[in-house]
Amino acid sequence: MSAFTGTARLVRLAIRRDRIQLPLWIAGTAVFVPIVVASVRDRFPTEADRVEILRSATESPALLVLRTAPTGASEGAMIMFSLLTYVAVLAGLMSTLAVVRHTRQNEETGRSEMVGATVVGRHAGLTAALVVVAGANLVLGGLIALALIGYGQPAAGSIGAGAGIAAVGIVFAGVAAVAAQITQSSRAANGIAAAVVGVAYVVRGLGDALGDRQPDGYTVVSAWPTWLSPIGWVTEMRQYEGDRWWVLVLPLVTFAASVGVAFALTVRRDVGMGMVPDRRGPARATPALLSPLGLAWRLQRGTLLGWTVAMVAYGAAVGSLSQTVQDALGENEGTADTIAKLAGGGNADLMDAFFAAMMAIYGAMAAGYVVQALMRPRSEEAGGPAEAVLATGTGRLTWLASHLAVAVGGAAVLLVAAGAATGLVDGLSSGGAGGKVLDMTGAALVQLPAALILAGFAVAVFGLLPRLAVGLAWAAFTVSLIVGQLGELLGLPQAVRDISPFTHVPAVPAASATALPLIALTAVAVALGAAGLALFRRRDLVL
Amino acid sequence: MTSAISVSGLVKTFGQTRALDGLDLSVDTGEVHGFLGPNGAGKSTTIRVLLGLLRADAGDASLLGGHPWRDAVELHRRLAYVPGDVNLWPNLTGGEAIDLFGALRGGLDKRRRAELIERFQLDPSKKARTYSKGNRQKVAVVAAFASDVELYVLDEPTSGLDPLMEAVFQEYVREVKREGRTVLLSSHIFSEVEALCDRVSIIRQGRTVESGTLTQLRHLTRTAISVETGQPITGLPEQAGVHDARVDGTRAKFDVDSHELDHLLRYLTRFEVRTLTSAPPSLEELFMRHYGDELRENGVKAEATVS
Repeated sequence: MSAFTGTARLVRLAIRRDRIQLPLWIAGTAVFVPIVVASVRDRFPTEADRVEILRSATESPALLVLRTAPTGASEGAMIMFSLLTYVAVLAGLMSTLAVVRHTRQNEETGRSEMVGATVVGRHAGLTAALVVVAGANLVLGGLIALALIGYGQPAAGSIGAGAGIAAVGIVFAGVAAVAAQITQSSRAANGIAAAVVGVAYVVRGLGDALGDRQPDGYTVVSAWPTWLSPIGWVTEMRQYEGDRWWVLVLPLVTFAASVGVAFALTVRRDVGMGMVPDRRGPARATPALLSPLGLAWRLQRGTLLGWTVAMVAYGAAVGSLSQTVQDALGENEGTADTIAKLAGGGNADLMDAFFAAMMAIYGAMAAGYVVQALMRPRSEEAGGPAEAVLATGTGRLTWLASHLAVAVGGAAVLLVAAGAATGLVDGLSSGGAGGKVLDMTGAALVQLPAALILAGFAVAVFGLLPRLAVGLAWAAFTVSLIVGQLGELLGLPQAVRDISPFTHVPAVPAASATALPLIALTAVAVALGAAGLALFRRRDLVL
Repeated sequence: MTSAISVSGLVKTFGQTRALDGLDLSVDTGEVHGFLGPNGAGKSTTIRVLLGLLRADAGDASLLGGHPWRDAVELHRRLAYVPGDVNLWPNLTGGEAIDLFGALRGGLDKRRRAELIERFQLDPSKKARTYSKGNRQKVAVVAAFASDVELYVLDEPTSGLDPLMEAVFQEYVREVKREGRTVLLSSHIFSEVEALCDRVSIIRQGRTVESGTLTQLRHLTRTAISVETGQPITGLPEQAGVHDARVDGTRAKFDVDSHELDHLLRYLTRFEVRTLTSAPPSLEELFMRHYGDELRENGVKAEATVS
């Protein structure tokens, strides 16, 4: 028996388990191609239009951070500018989640112990996971390439785009394979792998923002940090603008190296154990833990800490960019349009419009945290300790409201932290730190009601349809995000954009904070949350 | 004698499945009541209805004089529950989980907690993630017995415990019974139920098929007799209540319905009984009799033992 015996069977098992999940991920990612192509054709039909928008874009480091460095004004290059980094992040998350699901999660639940006792080699589990995930990425890349060719784009660049996306997904599969060896819990492995995807996106963003603007005025050659990031490698392939195929060597070598590391770690540890052993803990509980709220806080605090670090870092980065943006805005009026559209504001002061756009991103992050936090009650209920807890003197309302309180309080903390970091860093570089901290904190907090709507929705679906709650809550978040934050850029009609809570948040500081929409949003959120609590109290536990 | 648990005509359906189909259960205050049935018979569903975790579709249930659904929180302060499948928080230690369950129930006896941890040989400073099934079970059992409550609801509490721990567990059940507390013990382990329970309810496909003291239930079943006589035994298989008779001259082995036992002994004496052994029916045989047809359908002999 070799170390790989049984791999084919495990591949079939993994495909069977993922027969719905992976196709949904692939379709949900590939669908960005038609959306973006339609939007580009609608809004920038001629090369002159594209040169104009890219000219202003290259003057906005914030936009380059979010997207990528433009490589040209052809329709294909414009599509890549609008699409590539987002799709790369999605491919990365699809891959890391799937690899952890088929490796560490199997070990954590004890499934791999049963499988490992059959005629299955030591490396078969990890190999099968990588085969399935690599296959999923190839399908995704193939779909993207075919779609782009179908829209009349040159074949070479289209295949380059598909191959690049598939390659980045495969690199992150390798990263997740290593992460799954390090920790004992799949939650932690997912966290590490997702953090690597996030860091890759930000590092690439820094490289693109720091890049050299070329003499033509609308293309940028990225600085060296971009080359450190797998997501940067996709964009550096320069699809439709030179098609640098050799860049593909980087992801393939990285993948091979990380898989080698993962295999080496596998043989150095026991099944079910991580490289980092669990430490012992206290034999007695502290009084702070001994209440439903204390328990909810204990279960949620790690997540909140991670988000706080990320949002303070992001807020500080935004604050530090403000001076650069101000200089860029002084040079060119054309940027105004782009930023104003992102911010959803009118003819406001451009710096305020820039900050308003950033506040919207903080709001989206806070909403993402809230959804993640409010899925915890569901995992406690489904095969978790909720059954035993709810058989004590803890009422259902108290139990669920404790998690809700941590989620809502946590969202407020995140917004305050991000806003204060923005104001502080901006103030330290341009003066007036005290006032700016207050202004930016207030502006960030204006986003809270939109996040509360998603909290209310998450509680409502938890009360009504517990089995579907996780999927529905994340779907609501994704739709709100796409429709609300990118709706104007994608040219969606107002009626569609209105379904997103983010559409209704005043673009502070570009616009003044009007009370009515905030009160209305909060009222809807409270109504949804109350309905969810009432429904949960009346239904059976779904274990 | 007052009733700690009283359930009649309980119905609970999950989609197409009728998990409880008119179940009755009555547990007196101060008794240890055995709750027996094979997997999927509805034991855990009944317990979850009694705990207000599930809502019954029909029937009446009362628990410690209250309504399991409406008065759930108040009732839960007066009972301790050990689920059949103990799930803990992977990143909390066993000790933290014990304190937490105790506090959520309204307090726990610290001296008793220490004693239980020692008796059950539990390491309370290990993270729950690293516990085996048996150790997770111990956490729930320790948390339950360290609480000062009137009723213990134990759903297969000893699954995963070794025989030494099983003995310790039985000791604590006897102790809480001496203190006048009530125990509902769902179990698969017949020796445990025979050793601990005053009364037993056997359920099958969501219905109660038998309920009573072990003596009463034994009355309903057969005694195994092995006899040796001075003269050849004749006519035995024709006697009322005799089953599976194997007669070999002056020796015979057979089962007899317990209510025909007296009549049968009189009949045997005419052959000059030399030795006679009788084995009273075990709970296991009782149980197998109720599920015998089900086992036969699956090609298993009714005499076979369940593991």
